[in-house]
Amino acid sequence: MIPLQYYLIVSAVMFVIGAVGVITRRNALVVFMAIELMLNSVNLTLVGFSAFLGDASGQILVFFVMTVAAAEAAIGLAIIIALFRKKLTVNLDEINILKW
Amino acid sequence: MISELSIALVLLPLLGFLFLGLFGARLKNEKIIGFLGSAAVGISFILALFIFAQMAAAGPEQRKYTVNLFTWFSAFTGSPGGLSISAAYQIDQLSILLTLIVTGVGFLIHIYSIGYMHGDPGFWRFFAYMNLFIFTMLNLVLADNFVLMFLGWEGVGLCSYLLIGFWYEKKPAGDAAKKAFIVNRIGDIGFLLGMFLIFAAFGSLNFDTVFAGASSVSRNNSTMLWICLLLFLGATGKSAQIPLFVWLPDAMAGPTPVSALIHAATMVTAGVYMIARCSILYAAAPAALTVVAVVGAATAIFAATIGLVQNDIKKILAYSTISQLGYMFLALGVAAFSAGIFHLMTHAFFKALLFLGSGAVIHAMHEEQDIQKMGGLKKYLPVTYRTFLIGAIAISGIPPLAGFFSKDEILWKTATGDQGSWLLWFVGLLGAILTAFYMFRLVTLTFEGEPRFDEHRLHPHEAPKTMTVPLIILAGLSIAGGWIGIPHANALEHWLDPVFAPAQMKLLASESGSTGLEIILMIVSVSAAAAGIYAARRLYLQYPGKERAAAKRFPVLYRILSQKYYIDEIYDAVVVKPIASISEKILWKGIDKGAIDGSVNGAASFISSCAQLLRKVQNGVAQFYAVMFVGGILFILTWLLFR
Repeated sequence: MIPLQYYLIVSAVMFVIGAVGVITRRNALVVFMAIELMLNSVNLTLVGFSAFLGDASGQILVFFVMTVAAAEAAIGLAIIIALFRKKLTVNLDEINILKW
Repeated sequence: MISELSIALVLLPLLGFLFLGLFGARLKNEKIIGFLGSAAVGISFILALFIFAQMAAAGPEQRKYTVNLFTWFSAFTGSPGGLSISAAYQIDQLSILLTLIVTGVGFLIHIYSIGYMHGDPGFWRFFAYMNLFIFTMLNLVLADNFVLMFLGWEGVGLCSYLLIGFWYEKKPAGDAAKKAFIVNRIGDIGFLLGMFLIFAAFGSLNFDTVFAGASSVSRNNSTMLWICLLLFLGATGKSAQIPLFVWLPDAMAGPTPVSALIHAATMVTAGVYMIARCSILYAAAPAALTVVAVVGAATAIFAATIGLVQNDIKKILAYSTISQLGYMFLALGVAAFSAGIFHLMTHAFFKALLFLGSGAVIHAMHEEQDIQKMGGLKKYLPVTYRTFLIGAIAISGIPPLAGFFSKDEILWKTATGDQGSWLLWFVGLLGAILTAFYMFRLVTLTFEGEPRFDEHRLHPHEAPKTMTVPLIILAGLSIAGGWIGIPHANALEHWLDPVFAPAQMKLLASESGSTGLEIILMIVSVSAAAAGIYAARRLYLQYPGKERAAAKRFPVLYRILSQKYYIDEIYDAVVVKPIASISEKILWKGIDKGAIDGSVNGAASFISSCAQLLRKVQNGVAQFYAVMFVGGILFILTWLLFR
C-alpha cells in the first residue's frame, strides 16, 4: 500500500508544474495543456484521499469531473481555434486585448 | 342671482382664453376667432351692466355682495396666526365701476383688434392673451382679499409681458417685454412685503377684516406708514410712476390695441385702484398720502416735459399716460379718492381712443410712427382725425368734454383739500398746460399742415369699420363720460361715497374752498389748457421750423428732454450694469464656474488621476493575472501557516 503522502506529493508537483506552465508559456495550446495538468493533479488528490478514507464517493466524483473536463476541453479548443482564425496567431502576447 | 352672474362674468373670458388657446391654432377663420374673443368680453360687459342696474335699484346699504367660490388655501385656521384665503369676489360700488370700464373698454378694443390684427399669423394667440388679460384684470378688481388681488396683479403682469412681446421675433419687443416684467417685479416685492406686514398687523388678508381693523388704529402709526409705502411701491411699478415708470414707454413695442387696453386704459390703473381700495389704510398714515401726492405730481410734470419733444406717436401717448396716471395719484394723495377714480374712468375713455386712433394712423401710414414724417392726414383719415381731435380736447381739459371735469376736480381738491397744497396745485396746472401743448403738437403735426411724406408712393387710407366704430363710440364716451361728475351734482362721488366714507371720516376731511374760488380756479385751468392748445397750434401750424430753431437755441435742454432725462441710461449705469457685472464676474465666473464647477470637476479629476495609476495593473495579459492569483494564494497560505 502506497502511503497517502506519495499521492499528495505527486499531485502537488503536478499542480506546480501546471501553474508554472500557465504563467510562463506563451502558446495558448500549451497553456491549455498546463491547465489540464492542474485539473488532473486535483483529481489525483481526490482519488488519493478517497482510497485513504475508504470512501468510494470521491472516486465517483472524479468520473464526473473528467466528464465535465472533456466538455470543457472541447470548448476551450474551439475558443482557441476561433481566436486563431481571427488573429492568425495563438501567441498570448499578441492577444492582450483585455485591457483599458 | 348676482353671485351666479358675477361668476359667469369672470369665467367667460377665462373660457374664451382656454378655448382660443387650445383650439385657436386649428380655427383658421379669423372671423370666428375674433367673434369668440370679443363675445366672451362683450357678454361679460352685458352681465356687468345687469349687475350694475340691480345694484343701482337696490338701496345704498345693499350695494355690496360677496361671492365665495371656495377656500383657496388655509393654514392653522382656528388658532391665532392662522391663515385662510378664499377665492371670493367682492362686488361693491368701486369694483363694479372698474368692472364696467375693464369689460366695456376691453370689448371695444377687442372689436378694434379684429380689424387691426387682420392677417397677423398670431391672430388667435392675440385674442387668447387678451381674454386672459381681461380674466386676470377682473380678478384684480373683484378680489375680496389681498392674495386674490395679487393673483390678478401678477396675472395682468404676465399678460402684459406676453402681449408686449407679442411680436417676439423682433428683438426690441422681446427686450421691452422683459424690461416691463422685471421692473414690475421690483414693485411686486413692495406689494408682497406690504401684504406680509398687513397680515402681521391685522392677522388677516381679507379686505373687510383688514379695513375694519384699520379704521380703529391710531393715526401716524409707523406700521401703517410702512404698509402704505410698500403698497405704494407696488403701485408705482404697475402704474408707471417715478421711479419705476421706465417700462411703460418701451411697452409700446406691442401691438397698438394692447397699448390702448393694457398700457393706457386698464392695467396701469391697477395701482390707482389698489390705493383707492386701501384708502382707509392710507387714511391711517397721512404721511404716506403726502408721499403719494408728491410722487404723483412729480410724475405728472416729469412725464409731460418728456412728452413735449418726442417724435414717436405712441411714445408721446405713453408719456401722456404716465403723466395722467400721475394726476390720479395726486388725487389719491390729497384724499380725493373719488376724483382719482373719476379721472381713471375718463382717462380710460380718451386714452383708449387716442391709442386706437394712433393705431389707425400707423395702419394707414404702413407702420410709420414718426410724426415728423406725417402731416396733412386729415383729408385721408377724416373719421380718425375727428375722433382723435375729440380725444385730444378731452385730455387737455376743455369743457364740456370728459377730461375737464375729472382733471378740474383733481386740481380743485388739490388746492383746497386738507392734504393738498397750492404748490401741488401749481404743479398740476403746469402739467395741464404741457398736456394741452404736447397733445396739440401731436394733432397738428400728424393731421394738419402739409404732408411730409411722399404722397405718390404712400396712399393713406381710412381704417375698416371694425376699427372706426370703436373709435366713434369711445369719442362719444370721451365727450359725455364726464357728465356723471359735474361739480355739485357729482353722481359718481355720491355713488362711490360708501366706499370712501370711512377713510374721509378718519382723515376728518372737510371742504374748505368756496364756490367762488372754485369757479375762479376752473377758469384758470381752462384758460391754461386753451393757452397750451393755442401755443401748439400757432407754433406748429404757422411756424413749422420753429421747433428746430428752439432746439438749436437750447441744445442742452432739448437733448435732456428728448433723451428722457437720461433715466434709462442712469438706471443702466447704476442698476443694470453693476448687477450684470456682479452676475458675470462673481456669481457666474467666480461662484458657479470657480467654486461649484471647480469642486465637482476637481473631485472627478482626482478620482480619475488615481485611476490613471491603477489602470496600469490591468494590462490585458491573462498570464499576469494568473501570476497575481498564484501570488495572492501563496501570500494567504503563508499568512495562515506562519502567523
